[in-house]
Amino acid sequence: MNAQQRTSTYNFAYLDEQTKRMIRRAILKAIAIPGYQVPFASREMPMPYGWGTGGVQVTAAILGPNDVLKVIDQGADDTTNAVSIRKFFERVAGIATTTKTSHATIIQTRHRIPEVPLTAGQVLVYQVPNPEPLRFLEPRETETRKMHALEEYGLMHVKLYEDIARNGHIATTYAYPVKIEGRYVMDPSPTPKFDNPKMHMSDALQLFGAGREKRIYALPPHTQVVSLDFEDHPFEVQRFDKPCALCGAEQVYLDEVILDDRGNRMFVCSDTDHCESRRAKGYRGELGGAQ
Amino acid sequence: MSKPHALIVSGLAKSFTMHLRGDIELPVISGADFVLTCGQCAVLGGPSGAGKSSILKMLYGNYAVNAGSIVVRHRGRETDLAGAEPRKILEIRRETIGYVSQFLRVMPRVSALDVVAEPLVFSGAGREEAARRAAGLLQRLNLPERLWALPPATFSGGEQQRINIARGFITDHSILLLDEPTASLDAANRAVVLQMIAEKKAAGVALLGIFHDADVRDAVADTIIDVTGFAPDRRAA
Amino acid sequence: MNIAAPQASALQDDSIEQPLLSVRSLTRYYGTRIGCADISFDIWPGEVLAIVGESGSGKTTLLNCISTRLPPTSGTVSYSMRDGVLHDLFKLREADRRFLLRTDWGFVHQNPADGLRMAASAGANVGERLMAVGDRHYGHIRETAIDWLDRVEIDAGRIDDQPRAFSGGMRQRLQIARNLVTAPRLVFMDEPTGGLDVSVQARLLDLLRGLVNDLGLAVIIVTHDLAVARLLSHRMIVMKDGRVVEQGLTDRLLDDPQAPYTQLLVSSILQG
Repeated sequence: MNAQQRTSTYNFAYLDEQTKRMIRRAILKAIAIPGYQVPFASREMPMPYGWGTGGVQVTAAILGPNDVLKVIDQGADDTTNAVSIRKFFERVAGIATTTKTSHATIIQTRHRIPEVPLTAGQVLVYQVPNPEPLRFLEPRETETRKMHALEEYGLMHVKLYEDIARNGHIATTYAYPVKIEGRYVMDPSPTPKFDNPKMHMSDALQLFGAGREKRIYALPPHTQVVSLDFEDHPFEVQRFDKPCALCGAEQVYLDEVILDDRGNRMFVCSDTDHCESRRAKGYRGELGGAQ
Repeated sequence: MSKPHALIVSGLAKSFTMHLRGDIELPVISGADFVLTCGQCAVLGGPSGAGKSSILKMLYGNYAVNAGSIVVRHRGRETDLAGAEPRKILEIRRETIGYVSQFLRVMPRVSALDVVAEPLVFSGAGREEAARRAAGLLQRLNLPERLWALPPATFSGGEQQRINIARGFITDHSILLLDEPTASLDAANRAVVLQMIAEKKAAGVALLGIFHDADVRDAVADTIIDVTGFAPDRRAA
Repeated sequence: MNIAAPQASALQDDSIEQPLLSVRSLTRYYGTRIGCADISFDIWPGEVLAIVGESGSGKTTLLNCISTRLPPTSGTVSYSMRDGVLHDLFKLREADRRFLLRTDWGFVHQNPADGLRMAASAGANVGERLMAVGDRHYGHIRETAIDWLDRVEIDAGRIDDQPRAFSGGMRQRLQIARNLVTAPRLVFMDEPTGGLDVSVQARLLDLLRGLVNDLGLAVIIVTHDLAVARLLSHRMIVMKDGRVVEQGLTDRLLDDPQAPYTQLLVSSILQG
């Protein structure tokens, strides 16, 4: 949480003020129309597309000197992508960073929502590769825009139908489409569908940035987020047979970890901060005792 | 002559303009006047080429009319078929005027029984009732039952003719046009058709037919309409 | 002299029915070139109308204008919506027009790939319209899809196959099922038997004829093939150079064509 020395040759948070203003306008519009994809003039960032350029621009635009930033990739604070983005903002904004979910004011994420419920005042920034949920069956942008405008969402259920026809159940496990306030259908970015219920009526502000696709969309706090489904095939989240092997947590999202080349493996919390906090409080899973 | 008229033709004229042959004009009928009376069978008489078929086709709406009127009693009203819009003609065909053509227009994959039942279904009868009546007619016309479920495309001329007759006779239309219905039938089936015509007459149906066989003509005709009287050249002369 | 074209005479009808679709003075220019000009006709529930003409006669332009896929230069197209009121289609909101197109109307394209989702299964293709109008019960959607595959003579075992794996005739039958599943009242067809073998064509025509009769559909079918018009349609419009040359009852037009162009068509195609 130590404030870092900032590299003064860059403007605060890397982007120039005009650009930040442009992005903030897009964010405000996105907040005003929850779930609607607002086009914005995405800039080149000092990292390749696919590394979170959308999320980084959104973060840069909303970041203030007193913000505390947490960055996670697949739930982990210590992966390359998360570490680099954290370092980037330490350098160009001189802001404080953290791995503690509850300490952060802004959390930039790729593919997960923290297990601890977010609170009022926190902002969750998602890195989005493909913002258009209709794209998989309708390649024309003009047509998908019209479909959103006219609420023609039959196609979303075609995808779910295909899932059931092929697998006997809805097999989509991530980027599971949601309907916002009964109006726009939205792609929640490739988070596991396990996290979909956390988006519903969240106290935090949720912002989505797609850099390559040049779209920003948002969920203001307390927004209704409903996962699409069929009456006879209702939406369900993934279930895990065992609790976390390290901290014993149940009802959290687990990652599979291979332990050796003899097929041994364990399932542990994907949210590293959640796991560590629990272990610090003395919780132990079946393999956690050794630590 | 207390019986009411079902159809009144007056001043009917027809000519063909052959645009592909230098617009030559082929007059066929001119100044045709006749009536069809309920419960009677009128027969069009005259040599081949005198325009008998053309008259039948005008009465059924297949040929355009150049002049004159064909007033038909339809839905309790007098309606002029000569100037009627297509929708009206279709309605009249569905409800009032039936037609037995010389040749069966074959529909692929539709069974003989369904071909016969179809006009009755179109006029609003239930499918089962229509199928029952169709079966009765085919039975009467001695069409072997093993053929009923087959499409008539491969049937012999006489068998197709009987399908056609059954199809024309199945409805309770008040006017029935017959174009050589007995031409390719054997004596036994011809007798059945004559009997069926007699029943239609008894039911008050007005019939108009073309019969080349003099015996048949004599057996069914209440009046003969001599088409030579409507020949355009005679007028011109 | 000719059998009257069915314009004003519609009004003399004793019934209080109104046409399903009413086209008045419809004209479409492409720059200074005429696509179609001054077309007027009505179509009534349960009626099959064939629009016949050679390539470039304007029949496809006309079909696209009527089905609101192409805005006309002038003229009106009115449709009797389910509320029983005639609405000028080009004054409707786009949302309403598109809703009409996927519920109360069908559009069967000549090339099935234009009307199908080739990357979705047969069942999803049939079910899409149901889902679009809010059916959210997988079991019901699937049951309906199986029923419709059966009606268009596609084996239910193919329900999870993509149309890419289907023959041309099957694809076309699938496209028809996909359109009819919402029980539309009006179906547009653009050369539906166009690219098919003769035997496949016959089967499709026969199937269409049966469906049209059973469902009481109104159909506007564009074709250059007079045999198709003869088999399917009650009424015909013959077009040449963007204009109507002749219109009327189908068998009247074919048995006793009046206009020089219709005579040419009939003599050149149906000879023998």
